[in-house]
Amino acid sequence: MEVYQGKSVFGGIAIGRISVHKKDEQQVKRVRIEDPEQEILRYRQAKQTAMEQLQGLYQKALKEVGEANAAIFEIHQMMLEDDDYNESVENIIRMQQVNAEYAVASTGDNFAQMFSAMDDDYMRARSADVKDISERVLSVLGGRATGIAASGEPVIIVADDLAPSETVQLNKDLVLSFVTVHGSVNSHTAILARTMSIPALIGTAIPLTDDIDGKVGIVDGKNGCIYVDPDEDTLGRMQQLKLEEQEKKELLQTLKGRENITIDGKKIMLYANIGNSKDLAAVLQNDAGGIGLFRSEFIYLERDTFPTEEEQFQIYRTVAETMAGKPVIIRTLDIGADKKCDYFEMEPEENPAMGCRAIRICLTRPEIFKTQLRALFRASAFGNISIMYPMIISVDELRKIKTIVAEIRQELTEQGVTFGEPKQGIMIETPAAVMMSEELAKEVDFFSIGTNDLTQYTLAIDRQNPKLDAFYDPHHPAVLRMIQMVVENAHKAGIWAGICGELGADTTLTRRFLAMGVDELSMSPGSILPVRKIILETDVTKERENNNLC
Amino acid sequence: MKEFKYVITDPEGIHARPAGELVKAAKEFAANITLTKDGKSGDCKRIFGIMGLAVKAGNEITLTFDGEDEEAAYAAVTEFVKANL
Repeated sequence: MEVYQGKSVFGGIAIGRISVHKKDEQQVKRVRIEDPEQEILRYRQAKQTAMEQLQGLYQKALKEVGEANAAIFEIHQMMLEDDDYNESVENIIRMQQVNAEYAVASTGDNFAQMFSAMDDDYMRARSADVKDISERVLSVLGGRATGIAASGEPVIIVADDLAPSETVQLNKDLVLSFVTVHGSVNSHTAILARTMSIPALIGTAIPLTDDIDGKVGIVDGKNGCIYVDPDEDTLGRMQQLKLEEQEKKELLQTLKGRENITIDGKKIMLYANIGNSKDLAAVLQNDAGGIGLFRSEFIYLERDTFPTEEEQFQIYRTVAETMAGKPVIIRTLDIGADKKCDYFEMEPEENPAMGCRAIRICLTRPEIFKTQLRALFRASAFGNISIMYPMIISVDELRKIKTIVAEIRQELTEQGVTFGEPKQGIMIETPAAVMMSEELAKEVDFFSIGTNDLTQYTLAIDRQNPKLDAFYDPHHPAVLRMIQMVVENAHKAGIWAGICGELGADTTLTRRFLAMGVDELSMSPGSILPVRKIILETDVTKERENNNLC
Repeated sequence: MKEFKYVITDPEGIHARPAGELVKAAKEFAANITLTKDGKSGDCKRIFGIMGLAVKAGNEITLTFDGEDEEAAYAAVTEFVKANL
């Protein structure tokens, strides 16, 4: 048995025979030709055939792996039509009086090197695309077919690296895993493996020799290694692990599309927390019913100057449109405490967690607040947006917010700008807001409990200080009673109350929250299906009987 | 000649795909359309030229339009940029 270490790009276990894939070494010879114009014509015809092949691959990929993954073949077509590329090939043929194969190979190398030298991981990975289109044209010129030979049984494909055109031609049912010697986490093999949800390794120090071809292999995507010719013990152990993993996965997958409803019919909303529009794919994959917390401060933190109204509008609009009518709750900027932003030019504070942060910045510097509110109101004409204000401690603050909101609504109306009417709610994350929740509930459309800050303020324990871990109890009855109180006061006023802090994803508390009558839980996308599982298994009526609350 | 300044908001920057779409939009017009970032320029009708600039989120770009149909090119390309980049 041999073990080779690589870098895992997708977890899971694959067991099967190894198929070593070697690229046809396209030895390109430099040949002097008599009629360059005739040779250029030959190149143009080959390019045309390559374009048609790419169009075919695009259609095939569209059906099999979806638009996002198919787009690469559209890009390849554009690259092949690029004037710089074509002028380079034709110039080499004309000036050096050489064959088209040599001109294509040199041009491909030059452009690939340009990308390899770039100071950007994504762009560096694109040199593989340039090589791929060049090899395609070379194949056409040489009359050879590209692609991986089809085999009858599902295999683990081991290769130096795989080009997108090679992976798309694979019969997906016959691939258990990809293992490559080169490649990056941004490479198409990696992206494809994630889309297909199969284990894959890159940067693996495995020899591409004929004697491993056909041997049994085990890819362990969790530990990033491949076993070749495993012994009985290893094989048995991995088979068992694979089985357990499979069961777990199937179980969670069966929960997709299911309602979040308890045995006795109580429904609860399960939403996702996100920091930017990049997280949307995970939100949809995990079947979130909406976005319960969009931390808008990340738009501010990722840059060096204030984001403009237009920039914010575009981001909020994209998120709202992507969620297609599902609720998107956007929290206004929560800068301060541990989230610092230099261009806000805040004065240093003795105690930032209790300092000028979140809504306090917005109310002292209304020009910043108004820009964000205008963007939010405009974007809400394009989807189901709600606005949520953080760090509230009093009804008076809400009145001030309402005055500012009224001002921007009037401005937008006067300027003839289209805007929607978002629902407006608040975060409950200070003990003051809990104690005032009866009054606050009459002023807003919803409550969302931020348990991280609420716990730190209630227990007077700084969560950044590891020395206090011994005193810190995330399930402290004081916090749970506060949640109970907030939910009761919300319901009394006819509004809903949810939880968007870390406790929302805590499956040991899900039953208790259901018993309390919590209406919504918002969490990182990956936690949604495990929490849904608990909900489906819970009987709230029984839970209430068994549980003397808090 | 017309000029347009813009700060990229797409978190991915001008990746292969948006670069391709930008090229598609620019090729509709006869005018010369140039994209400049940090003093380096690329022809908007050439995908390698645009990708070679490695434009990222937060970068300021300048688009210049020069030619007979520059008005129409300006309108169409800036609309594309605002909506997609």
